[in-house]
Parts: sequence; structure tokens; C-alpha cells
Amino acid sequence: MSPRPALPAPSDALRAQLPAIEPDRQVTDWGRSERVEGLIDRTLYDWLYHYWFRCEVEGIEHVPSTGGALLVSNHAGALPPDGAMIAKAIKEEHPRPRPLHLTVEHFFKGYPGFSMLVAKIGGVPAHPANVHRLLADEEQLVLVFPEGRKGTEKLYKDRYRLRRFGRGGFVEAAMRARAPIVPVAVVGAEEAMPIFAHLTLLQRVTGLLYFPVTPTFPHLGPVGFLGYLPAKFRIRFLEPIPTDGWGEEPWQDRGLVQTVADEIRARVQEELIDMLAARRSVWFG
Amino acid sequence: MTRILVTGVSSHWGGRLAQALEQDPAVETIIGVSPRDPTLELERTEFVRVGTQHALLRRIVQAAEIDTVVDSRLVVDSLSSSPREAHETNVIGTMNILAACGGPDSPVRKVVFKSSAHYYGCERDDPAFFTETMRRPHPPRTRLESDIVEAEDAVRGFAERNPQVTVTVLRFANGLGADLDTSHGRLLRLPAVPCILGFDPRYQFVHSDDIVGALEHAVTHELPGTYNVAGDGVLVLSEIASLLARPLAPVLPPWGTGLAAAGLRVAGVRITGEMARQLRYGRGLDNRRLKAAGCRLRYTTREAVQRYTEDLRVHRLRQGAGAPYRYEREVEEFLRYSPNVRRRAEREPDPSAR
Repeated sequence: MSPRPALPAPSDALRAQLPAIEPDRQVTDWGRSERVEGLIDRTLYDWLYHYWFRCEVEGIEHVPSTGGALLVSNHAGALPPDGAMIAKAIKEEHPRPRPLHLTVEHFFKGYPGFSMLVAKIGGVPAHPANVHRLLADEEQLVLVFPEGRKGTEKLYKDRYRLRRFGRGGFVEAAMRARAPIVPVAVVGAEEAMPIFAHLTLLQRVTGLLYFPVTPTFPHLGPVGFLGYLPAKFRIRFLEPIPTDGWGEEPWQDRGLVQTVADEIRARVQEELIDMLAARRSVWFG
Repeated sequence: MTRILVTGVSSHWGGRLAQALEQDPAVETIIGVSPRDPTLELERTEFVRVGTQHALLRRIVQAAEIDTVVDSRLVVDSLSSSPREAHETNVIGTMNILAACGGPDSPVRKVVFKSSAHYYGCERDDPAFFTETMRRPHPPRTRLESDIVEAEDAVRGFAERNPQVTVTVLRFANGLGADLDTSHGRLLRLPAVPCILGFDPRYQFVHSDDIVGALEHAVTHELPGTYNVAGDGVLVLSEIASLLARPLAPVLPPWGTGLAAAGLRVAGVRITGEMARQLRYGRGLDNRRLKAAGCRLRYTTREAVQRYTEDLRVHRLRQGAGAPYRYEREVEEFLRYSPNVRRRAEREPDPSAR
């Protein structure tokens, strides 16, 4: 019998035990597929980014080139294009492009079709353990929408009014991983696919998260779900907020977590107001 | 000197574990118990047939002064036995085995419990990688799952009541190997891999060699607590199908999957309750705690599937090559106890063995 081996300190020793990369594989352990992602990127995102939404990006230098970072953005549109456009912006503009992991609702894992596709193009279920593994252990970029579906299902008349930022779970996740938070303000997604009303009955029948009425949906059928209007996109990355300066276990302090979450929300909201004031046209920017 | 008792020695990994321990000179005695005959040839392991409930185990443990109990008998696949039998084995059996190991006068110092990742279940709101401290987000969905949860709760209670005993719980991902008969092994043997339309679940396997290796590691090292055992890497089902060079067949509809599974059963394809959930939501385990404890797994999930593919190609040839082992009590007793048999220890005296 060998003597009892000393158990390693949790996080650092465990990080060394992450599985090695198998170069023959085209799908990551998260179910993300290079092939599918590349295909959609070439056929759809490229065109949307450059010609349809004509994205303009500011402050890309605020996205760190190494280490984990949590990007926090406002969220809008029936089938929100903002996440994909932020990922594309990092790919196109950043000096060291890195994959971005989008946290999505658990709903997508359980709905046929979405379940296959969302993980393939970089969606990760918004579970705190998932975010922690990505940020702390794998040191990746993670994008969260703290508004969640409260942001996407809001009606056109409420555009650019940020909803509640969850319960501050994203701040806690960043604190635990000691990863900086990068707030992101996106203008344009609200007009790209505005929601005028919700059809509750059809939502219940289809089991979807919501069943919206947009300029093209449902009267143009399922294709209408991709019917984005050509609004001008502006994506502004704001200065990162470090989360390692608040002591040993700052997430225990619920008050601090809430305060930080509210501050980030206020910063994004202010930035949005600022960008909207400077915008002369919805379509031409 | 260790004196080991292996339950479920008639299972493939139980037999393989006993074979591996036989090679270890530090192991003095190995006793294998099971309700069924051993399926692998054992040299110095003594086999005792017991009932499914393992009721009389305490007497064996006391009489043989067993210090290490490896409990590898848990039913983790609804394929291998009926729900009632599985319940007897998993809940009542575990209770009796733990009762045999506990108590102030018990010689047992270590219990290794082979459990399953079915403990975590498969749900929509699962984390992508389960760590050992996580509990399942919802109550068990199938009888087998609730039996496994109940068995593990009993083991946890035992560990709390008996701090002098090192209790290791190993939660295994789905096993894969040409010599293992599991429901997923059968599924991947089909000419096309059935799946649920619109789902591409994440899967993790552990090769049968690594199952044995992890159990052996837990016997020879001190690993208190719970450990996930799964190959590195999580594959999606479509990736597995392409490694197997088989097409995916989305024969199960996303709604009414249970009904379609019942139809498939008539056609000879058995989709168990646990499997239906895995085919929908998939499951990933975080195996880093085990790796940090020094256990090296030989196969990643991808390599396990590749190995399985290769083994399947030559499976028929291998099957015909050697006569399968059959346990016969008289022959075994002759080989072990007859003064006319020359045993290995006598043939080549090994000083380290004494």
C-alpha cells in the first residue's frame, strides 16, 4: 500500500488536468463544431456583419488578448443577432481573435433542432459551473446577457431600456474566476427585429420561449424568423472592470455583488443613451 | 498484505479486476462473490456463490479477515436485469454489504464502491461537466437511477458512521469495449446509430480496460471520497457515428420518444429509459479529480470509440478462436486444493511474495 497522497489544492492543480487537445477532432468538448461554425460564418455572418448591419466597432482594445474575460452586453431582437455580431467583431477587428462562448438559456438544449445547432456555433447553457469552467479553467472569453429573455422579449416601444440585470449571477461568476468584466453596448439590434406583440396561444402550442410578431414573422413563415431589417449596428466595448481587487471571497458579500451589477447596468445604459444621441438615422447611423 | 473481497466477480470488470489483483504479490487473499458463475478464468481467487441480497456476507468477511471490499456488483444498465432484480441488487445488496463491512469489530479498512454517472441523471439544465460535489438538479427519473442514488446515499451514510474505513466511490461514465455487453455497446453495434431527431447529445465513454484500471488504482491507493471516471474528451453523437463509419438514423421523434422506443423494442433494438435521456440531453463528467489523484486512464473517449470500432471488425474472428471459459466447481477445486497440482509459487519460488 502506498502512503496517502496529498490532495492538491483545488483550482490550480485541477487546471493542469484539463484534457489535452486532440488535433483530429473538429468538435470541442462543449459540442462546438469548427466546420458548422465556419460554414455559417462564411455564408451568413460575414454578409450580415459587413453589408447588412454594417457593424462599426469601438474599443476593441478593451477585450483582453489572454486570460478569461466576461463580456456583458445588452440584448434585443426576437432572434437576437447581437451575440453573433459581437463574436464576429472580435474575430474581425481584434489583433488576436479568440473564440467567444455565448451563454444561452437551458431551453435551447431541450428543443429539437436548436439543441443541435446552438452548441455547434458556440452556445453554452448558462449554468454557473459552465461559466466558471470557461473563465477560470479554460481562460476563454464568455459573453453573457444578464437581461436574458426579459431583454429579447421586450416590445419595440421599450427599446434601449435595459431590463433588470438578473440577480447578479454574472458578477459572482466573474469574481469567482477572478476574470475582468467587459461591458458592451450594442445599438441596432433593437431595430433589426422589433417585436410588436406576443402570441401566447401559439407560444404554448409550439413550446417555444415566446412567439413574437415581427415585421416578417409569423406571416412569412419560419424564414421570417431570419428577416432582419438593415439597421446600422454600433458595438462599443467599454473599459474592463477588474474583479480581483475586492478581497478574498467578494462574492460572499451579496450587497457588493448587487452594487457591481447595478453599476455595470448603469454604465451600459448611459453608453446606449450617449450612442443614441449621436445617431442620426436608424439605418445609416 | 491485503485480503480482498470482490463482489460481482462474475461481471466482466469484476473478473478482470480479480485477475489483475492476482498478479500483485502484496495481495494475500482474493475472495470473489457473486450470484452467478465467474465468466473469466481465475487462478487463485476463491469463488463463493451468494444470493442477490448478499445476506451472509458478514460471516465471510469475519472468517476471512477481509480488510478491503471492492463492491463492483451494482447494476448500472437496465439491460442486464429486470427492475425488480436490479432493485434487490442495488438497494438491498448494498445495504447488506455495508452492514457486513461496518461495526466496531469489523476487520474492513477500505471499501471501494463502483457506482455510475447515472447518479447525476440527464436533464436539460445540467452543467456541461459534472463535478463530484454536484447533486442532480431534479429527482431521479427512472427506477434504476433512483436505486443508484439510494445506494450511494447508503454508502455516504456508511462513510460517516465509520471514519476508520476509507470509502472510495467511483462514478463511471458509460463503459465501452468489445467484451462488455452494455446497452450503448449494442446501440453502436447496429448498422446505423439511432438518434432522436434534432438532437446531437454529448457523450463520454470509459474503455473497459480503464474501468479495471481505475478500480485497481482505488484498491492499491488511498482515495477517500468520490471520483468521476470517464475518458478525456466529450464527443457528440454524430462524431461517434463518423468514427464508427456508420450513418446516424434519426428514427426517434423528439416528441413521443417513449412510444417510438417501444416500437423499436419490437424490432429488437432496446432503448432503455436512461439511454433515452442520454440520447436527448447527453452528459459530460469532469474527471480531473481522479487524474489529480494519480490515476492515469489509457484511453480518451475518442480512442475508446476508435478501439471499439477496430475490435468490432475482428470480433467474429476472435470469438471463434478460443473456447469460452466455463466455470466448473469440481475442476476449480481440484486445481486449487489438490496436492497433485503443482502451483506457480512452488514452481518458481518468489521471495517477495512471502
